[in-house]
Amino acid sequence: MNFWFDPVNFIAHWLTGLLTGWGLAPWLAGAIIQLIGVVVLISLMMVFDIFLVWVERKVVARFQDRLGPNRVGPFGIFQPFADIIKLIIKEDITPDGADRVVYNLAPILSLMSVLLLWAIVPLAPVIFGVDLNVGALYIVAAGSIGTLSIIMAAWASNNKYALIGAFRQVAVLVSFEIPMIATMLIPTILAGSMGMNEIVQGQQNVWYVVLAPLAALIFMIAAIAELGRSPFDLNEAESEIVAGFHIEYTGMKFGLFYAGELLHAFTFGGFWAILFLGGYRFFGLENLGPLVAVVILFAKAMFGYWVIMWVRYTVMRIRIDQMLAFNWKFLTPVAFVLLMLTALMNTLLRGTPVAVYICGMLLTNVLLGWIIVEILRGYSRGEREKIEGAAPAAATAHR
Amino acid sequence: MQNDWLYIGLFLVIATLIPVSALLASWLVSPKKPNPIKQSTYECGMETVGENWVQFKAQYYIFALVFLVFDVETVFLFPWAVSLGRLSLFAVLEGIVFVLILVAGLVYAWRKGMLEWV
Amino acid sequence: MTAMQIFFLIVGLIILGSALMVVTTGNLIHAALWLIVTLFGVAVLYAILNASFLAVVQVVVYIGAIAILFIFAVMLTHKEMRDRGPQLNNGWWLNAVIALLTFGGLFWMLRSWNGFLKSAADLPASYDGVAQLGRALISPDAFVLPFEVASVLLLAALVGAVYIAFNRK
Repeated sequence: MNFWFDPVNFIAHWLTGLLTGWGLAPWLAGAIIQLIGVVVLISLMMVFDIFLVWVERKVVARFQDRLGPNRVGPFGIFQPFADIIKLIIKEDITPDGADRVVYNLAPILSLMSVLLLWAIVPLAPVIFGVDLNVGALYIVAAGSIGTLSIIMAAWASNNKYALIGAFRQVAVLVSFEIPMIATMLIPTILAGSMGMNEIVQGQQNVWYVVLAPLAALIFMIAAIAELGRSPFDLNEAESEIVAGFHIEYTGMKFGLFYAGELLHAFTFGGFWAILFLGGYRFFGLENLGPLVAVVILFAKAMFGYWVIMWVRYTVMRIRIDQMLAFNWKFLTPVAFVLLMLTALMNTLLRGTPVAVYICGMLLTNVLLGWIIVEILRGYSRGEREKIEGAAPAAATAHR
Repeated sequence: MQNDWLYIGLFLVIATLIPVSALLASWLVSPKKPNPIKQSTYECGMETVGENWVQFKAQYYIFALVFLVFDVETVFLFPWAVSLGRLSLFAVLEGIVFVLILVAGLVYAWRKGMLEWV
Repeated sequence: MTAMQIFFLIVGLIILGSALMVVTTGNLIHAALWLIVTLFGVAVLYAILNASFLAVVQVVVYIGAIAILFIFAVMLTHKEMRDRGPQLNNGWWLNAVIALLTFGGLFWMLRSWNGFLKSAADLPASYDGVAQLGRALISPDAFVLPFEVASVLLLAALVGAVYIAFNRK
């Protein structure tokens, strides 16, 4: 056993030897090693989360032609640490009429639901928490705890704005969950398993983004909505309801919501990479060693996160009726049609050469995409005629 | 597989302890000087008018109902999707019929105007 | 008693305790939150039983959808939220008798059953319950008819929801 090719098992083996050498029972030593593994993984994610605060602020600044944090440390990289110290020493205000237990529980659940997702992320072929055979549904299950934390926070704050924000957010979360689950079914079909590790293994020859580009796109849109980010950020909608469900939270409790949101975005970037972009695979580079694979996965997750930020800072917020119509009248039907087509094509093309299979899948997606674009074009033409047809006189008068 | 769930249980405990410890640290060092103005409900500086329990649109509930139906449907589809690679074309078509029945439901709700935000 | 049995008993007690809180607490939202604890406890039981799929489905459907629906319903019924009527109605004694009879019947039936002391055989490592379930759902020899009927049932639920929404208008 070699550190470079199997670092986790190497360290675990070494620790087992050390602990049993001290006279601990083997099962206890195993439990302690598991515990250390979990603590290390979660702590690493929390440290990374702090780094994400800097990334987010720096990237939004560049998008808006500003400098961003640039005073504390080189390129302002120590800014988040200053932020954390500030958050910790801030006075914590619990509003009158708040339900104290639920009020304090909500931010904890919010961050917990995001951290839980990392239990099933395959960081490298030999570095993963668990290879759960129901991985895809596990993501949804952890997300439903997040939904719950939002509604708890809003209700316990005893604030109208918070409740309005939470109602909107939950309506959006539950709506966009349908296309998200439907598009998660597509990698499941292609890999023949719900386990994240097996989905990554299944992308040995070709990434699923080639076989199912539309699914990757729909998953990304649904993920952005799940995260409550612009253009779907009407849960916070600063100009209307100030901050949405976490309006009454101050200090570290707000910090937990904020940290959870950022890590959630990065995590969904990671799941996008795992489901569609080959996870820790990068043209054989992952064979150099598990640590290289981890770096590849994080780079891909960062790319997904960057796409989410890119959309966030370029697209305007849309209204709730537009958003729900977009989901139920466009994304959901498209996702289900795509699901049925993928299942059918996957069965029909089974046993054909790889090249034919890939071309067939890609062609199906391109054809479906083309049909959708044509339908949308026809619809928008009709809508435009409705508007322009009503006021042609005004339009000519201006010219 | 039980070990998998033990691991996730451990993960759940630690993932709860981390935010709890952050809150505890903050609770230990932060000042505590409450006063009635500070603790009043925040509404952009205005005095709070009326009850906190504003009546919500029933539309939210309708959408949650539609969601519930589709959520249960997709849960049924996961086992089908997992074993799809080894199924005959007929079995795959059965799953597609399952989806089509529910898409028909979606079309029905759409035609009846249930998906409109009124 | 193995560690697993002790764990099972703890989870069972949590489920029973939170279920008791659901029916005794006066605040409807608190009742819904306690219900979520109960449902989560059931998910943990499924996980103990190695039924991974059922465990996650329990969380996805019951906590992610039905509990949210409950909370929405409670929040939408504006005034009734604050009403704190009596916790018991006139039929409480009848329900108590039925509950006792059910418990007594179960106890009588299970009294001579020695399954509590046995532990199930370990599943083979390659056992994939989800794929088995998928094949069973589709196979004409097994559950294909219930599978399709489930779809029709869900359709009926959707149509019912549309009907209620229309009566409202």
